[in-house]
Amino acid sequence: MQIDNILYKRRRIASRIGLALSMSAMAVGLAVLIWILYVLFSNGLSALDLNLLTHDTPAPGTDGGGLRNAIVGSLMIVSLTVLVSTPVGILAGIYLTEFGDESKTAELTRFVTDIMLSAPSIVLGLFVYAIAVATVGNFSGYAGSLALSLIAIPVVMRTTENMLRLVPGSLREAAFALGAPRWKVSTMVTLRAAKSGVMTGILLAVARISGETAPLLFTALNNQFFSTNMAAPMANLPVVIFQFAMSPYDNWVRLAWAGALLITMTVLLLNIVARVAFRDKVQ
Amino acid sequence: MHSPSSQMADGQLVSDGMVAIAKKQRVQDFFFHRITQAFSLLVLAALLGIIISLFVNAWPTFQKFGFQFIWRIEWDIINQDFGAAIAIVGTIASATIAMLLAVPLAFGIAVFLTETCPAWLRRPLGTSIELLAAVPSIIYGMFGLFVFAPLFADYIQMPLKHLLGGMPIVGFLFGGATNGMGILAAGIVLAFMVLPFVAAVMRDVFEITPAILRESAYGLGCTTWEVVRQVVLPYTQKGVIGGVMLGLGRALGETMAVTFVIGNANRMPTSLFSPGTSIASVLANEFGEAEGFHFSTLFALGFLLFVITFVVLAAAKAMIIRAEKAKGT
Repeated sequence: MQIDNILYKRRRIASRIGLALSMSAMAVGLAVLIWILYVLFSNGLSALDLNLLTHDTPAPGTDGGGLRNAIVGSLMIVSLTVLVSTPVGILAGIYLTEFGDESKTAELTRFVTDIMLSAPSIVLGLFVYAIAVATVGNFSGYAGSLALSLIAIPVVMRTTENMLRLVPGSLREAAFALGAPRWKVSTMVTLRAAKSGVMTGILLAVARISGETAPLLFTALNNQFFSTNMAAPMANLPVVIFQFAMSPYDNWVRLAWAGALLITMTVLLLNIVARVAFRDKVQ
Repeated sequence: MHSPSSQMADGQLVSDGMVAIAKKQRVQDFFFHRITQAFSLLVLAALLGIIISLFVNAWPTFQKFGFQFIWRIEWDIINQDFGAAIAIVGTIASATIAMLLAVPLAFGIAVFLTETCPAWLRRPLGTSIELLAAVPSIIYGMFGLFVFAPLFADYIQMPLKHLLGGMPIVGFLFGGATNGMGILAAGIVLAFMVLPFVAAVMRDVFEITPAILRESAYGLGCTTWEVVRQVVLPYTQKGVIGGVMLGLGRALGETMAVTFVIGNANRMPTSLFSPGTSIASVLANEFGEAEGFHFSTLFALGFLLFVITFVVLAAAKAMIIRAEKAKGT
């Protein structure tokens, strides 16, 4: 049989071009990541000093200043969010795996949770404003935590569910055979077996919410002064970055870059830790 | 086993104490079931709460303008005359540009990661794409404002304007000020942001293609590109479309990456370079100073945004579920 050489060459060239293009797409993706990191370091590193931790955000037109109030505020808002959404997310995840296999409500919950994972975060901010700011009468750190919980709970819920599904059925059956009740099997056997996976979910949730800006704009708002009162408006890094980056003052923009570097490093570190810890456990 | 001894055995094994324990455990299990169920229903309650509270707060606007609110081009805060058309056009235009750029790139990345990438590089490269997805959107916004917009104005807008601005039919698309801000710039920054989401979904669905299909195609003499185009892509079609729509849902609802670069002008954009606004950036910019009726129009915009993204995301999810079910058969 004769090989059609021209056709063969054309097909090979087409394949080469396609693969070369896909390789350059990968290069573009990597270049964007490196470019963003480079920009962050070159602008943020110079502003990174001890003043960030010891001084509060400066008033308009004043020199210097730091991010102490914003860092503390962000830590408090995120910690409260984690405290609330971890148990809620884990218990809801347990329901979806252990009880919710056949029921229609569980299926619907799963579907809605996946949509909430990508729902526009600014709309969640509007919702929390309507129920927790407008009714109370003032912006507050609590409202900020509530808005972030709406993002964190679906993340914890879905990872918990997926991790619990990986636990072998024989483990559950062994526990049942010993006469353990369902709640003990779920909490002390399966959940414990899936512990590292669930931890990954929590870390990823923290990473996801620590950079969220839009839901905090209408809930925690901002506070120029140091405050640990969560019932009042509270400074937080994302909103400070948003306001300072758009401002005409040089030192504000510098602080915005420092804050951006801090947040990105935290988020990326959490992601890497979550991946490494999880990989060790699974394989 | 005859009955007397089994009765005796029962009497010894199942004592009253054990029955009590079993009963207690059943009660505990009942509560455990209901409590976990209540927590999982919280998500449904939140969804209903969002829809109801947005709609209630938006009601004055819908009452005054009716459905016309969606296509009115006014946005006049002083005269209390509002319409959503400018923000909707900006939202859809920037998201469309983002998807036009991000989808081919994401496809390329997914093909590279599943077909040509050497095995030892797969993990680090895949992880770095996932890290790109983890970068907070406000960082993309700052990057867009301070780094991308100036470069964009000098090296892309100016040449495009000189090259295409004078052409008939398409010329108007490239008119206007070249200060780096605008619909096109916002679309490009958004593309960077959604690229990793779409690429990750595409990679995951490409990986579910059975090896035997791929190998059969190679066995018939297909080139790598032909395998991707004619075997992998048709097989994973639904999942790919789902991934694209997931990215679209993200792009439509994104606030920070857009607000920094879109220019925030309440005018109908006339070219790709003209400043515009999106629903999310109107909310971010005006909510702080809004009062009275203006307030309710912002809730109306939020309601529209939620409905649009909900429909897109629900369709995406349905597609992905069907793609995963196909894997099982």
